[in-house]
Amino acid sequence: MFDSSILFSSVLNGLTTGAVYALIALGLTLIYGVLHIINFAHGASLMLALYAVYFLKERWGIDPYLALPIVIPGMFALGYGLQRLVINRAGHGKDENILLVTLGIAIVMENLALLFFKSDTRNIDTAYALSTVAIGPAMIAVPKLVAFAGALVVSALLFWVMGRTDLGRAIRAVAKEKEGAKLMGIDVDHVYAMSFGIGLACLGAAACFLLPAYYVNPQVGGGFVLVAFTIVVLGGMGSFVGALIGGFLVGIVESLGGLYLGESLGQIGIFAIFIGVVLFRPQGMFGAKA
Amino acid sequence: MSGPRQLAGIALFAAAVACVPLVTASGATLNFVMMALYATLIAQAWNILGGFGGQFSFGHALFFGSGAYIQAIAQLQGGLNAWVALGLAVIGAAVVGLFIGGLSFRYGLKGSYFALVTLAFAEVFRIVALSVPFTGGGVGLMLPLREAPSNLQFATRAGYLWVVLAFVVAALLVTWWLRNGRFGAWLQAVRDNEDAARAVGVNPFRVKLGAIGISAAFMGAAGAFYVQVFQYIDPGIAYGSSTSVEALVGAIVGGVGTLWGPVLGAVVLHLLADLTRNLFGELPGINMVIYGTVLVLIVIFLPRGIAGLGLSVRQLWASAKGGPRG
Repeated sequence: MFDSSILFSSVLNGLTTGAVYALIALGLTLIYGVLHIINFAHGASLMLALYAVYFLKERWGIDPYLALPIVIPGMFALGYGLQRLVINRAGHGKDENILLVTLGIAIVMENLALLFFKSDTRNIDTAYALSTVAIGPAMIAVPKLVAFAGALVVSALLFWVMGRTDLGRAIRAVAKEKEGAKLMGIDVDHVYAMSFGIGLACLGAAACFLLPAYYVNPQVGGGFVLVAFTIVVLGGMGSFVGALIGGFLVGIVESLGGLYLGESLGQIGIFAIFIGVVLFRPQGMFGAKA
Repeated sequence: MSGPRQLAGIALFAAAVACVPLVTASGATLNFVMMALYATLIAQAWNILGGFGGQFSFGHALFFGSGAYIQAIAQLQGGLNAWVALGLAVIGAAVVGLFIGGLSFRYGLKGSYFALVTLAFAEVFRIVALSVPFTGGGVGLMLPLREAPSNLQFATRAGYLWVVLAFVVAALLVTWWLRNGRFGAWLQAVRDNEDAARAVGVNPFRVKLGAIGISAAFMGAAGAFYVQVFQYIDPGIAYGSSTSVEALVGAIVGGVGTLWGPVLGAVVLHLLADLTRNLFGELPGINMVIYGTVLVLIVIFLPRGIAGLGLSVRQLWASAKGGPRG
């Protein structure tokens, strides 16, 4: 058994990771809620965003946090374009097709990265990477604390956009009743693409917060895909509050799992949650019954 | 094509491919044919569940890897003969399939949920294989070289070619049976409308379970074959996503739910992969870039696959011929 200060710092670490997970899951759940598709390219897109942050820092010396206004619009544009030009054309009225196309996009992204950037794991050096702050008995790395706060701010922003702006209202209208929204003069294809764009923009933000305390390689997205799916399924497909709470929960489970079972086996806790929730409570904690 | 003519087609295919080693001794040619047959086998296995059953698995490596590990462990730790191990691998993979299918279908998972759960299970198996002692962990397992047909190890590619051909023919015969037999009709009824199928007395759970069992058995055979050819297996090869992707893309590109589609798809993908290898050399990831691109293009422009294209042409031809006569 571990004493309480180790447990405390483990939970705290889990919370900070969980905030970034929540941000990633918010993007996924937004896309699911509106388009009713599971974006298999979510992890691969995050990986691309991480590379963007990496090269901005290495080539032009742009600090990851200052890269936010570059990476977020970039990822938004990528998402808007992908939905409009590729995914939208593949549906032919069948969900399976969308599933396959996003899988195809993920495979292409990951292996292009492998082709151009090689399989090396890279990280960046920042002045603040190793500085820590004491919270009670626990020491927390500054980048993790920034990631925690940043993820919460971006999530709050997303909640505001969805709740208080015309765009948010249009997105929610399309999510609820596509035909009705179309009759009200909403350009559904545009709203679809906007939702996909915003979903990927969340990844852009997540990448900027992640990289100072993390690394990037072509496979890095794979781990996040299942984690993000777990959170979304746990919170309830399409539920924003669920994604936020699910993110924190999964972050803590991963952290404690790593503490008790070791790094690699600890991940099994996440998959166990995932499989259990999908089998026994597929609507999740906050989702509507399917 | 009618049933008997399809059977004749399968016999012709088997005879023609079986003669390849008699015509040429070129190692590169035999290797190409062998690997194309192997790709056909996994595509055909995926097709049984995905194409006929409509259950899209993203984690078929689960069954491939389980077959591969059983094949290796039965020989290394169990001291069994390779042919006996092969039988165990096929049965063991089918059992894994029944377990996963039993869980998933019992709780009515379909569509994206089923795809996700198979993916998650494959990942769980990969982590477990990395962590437990009897799989050799990340180092993997190596099979000692003992070339003899009784050990399922051959000096040339010809022997392996015939073994994998036998499995491909078996898979083709099962597919033929699915297209022409009663079980296949049930399976396709469940795929097209589960409620309607249930209303006419089909038990969707049992039918889907049967399909995943058969599909997993063929994947297990492919895994066992892989171990015999390359004499090595590790968690990444066994349960990594590339085998799942190859199986799925081969079937989709060729045409799901058809007899020859997965054969076409696997051969076309293999030709493409070979072509790029010749053009660009051995670049990491290039094959998967092509597989992914082909997948996206096929889903957008040819959702019924290459076999579907042939079908459309034939329909056009028939209507052109029949049109004027009215």
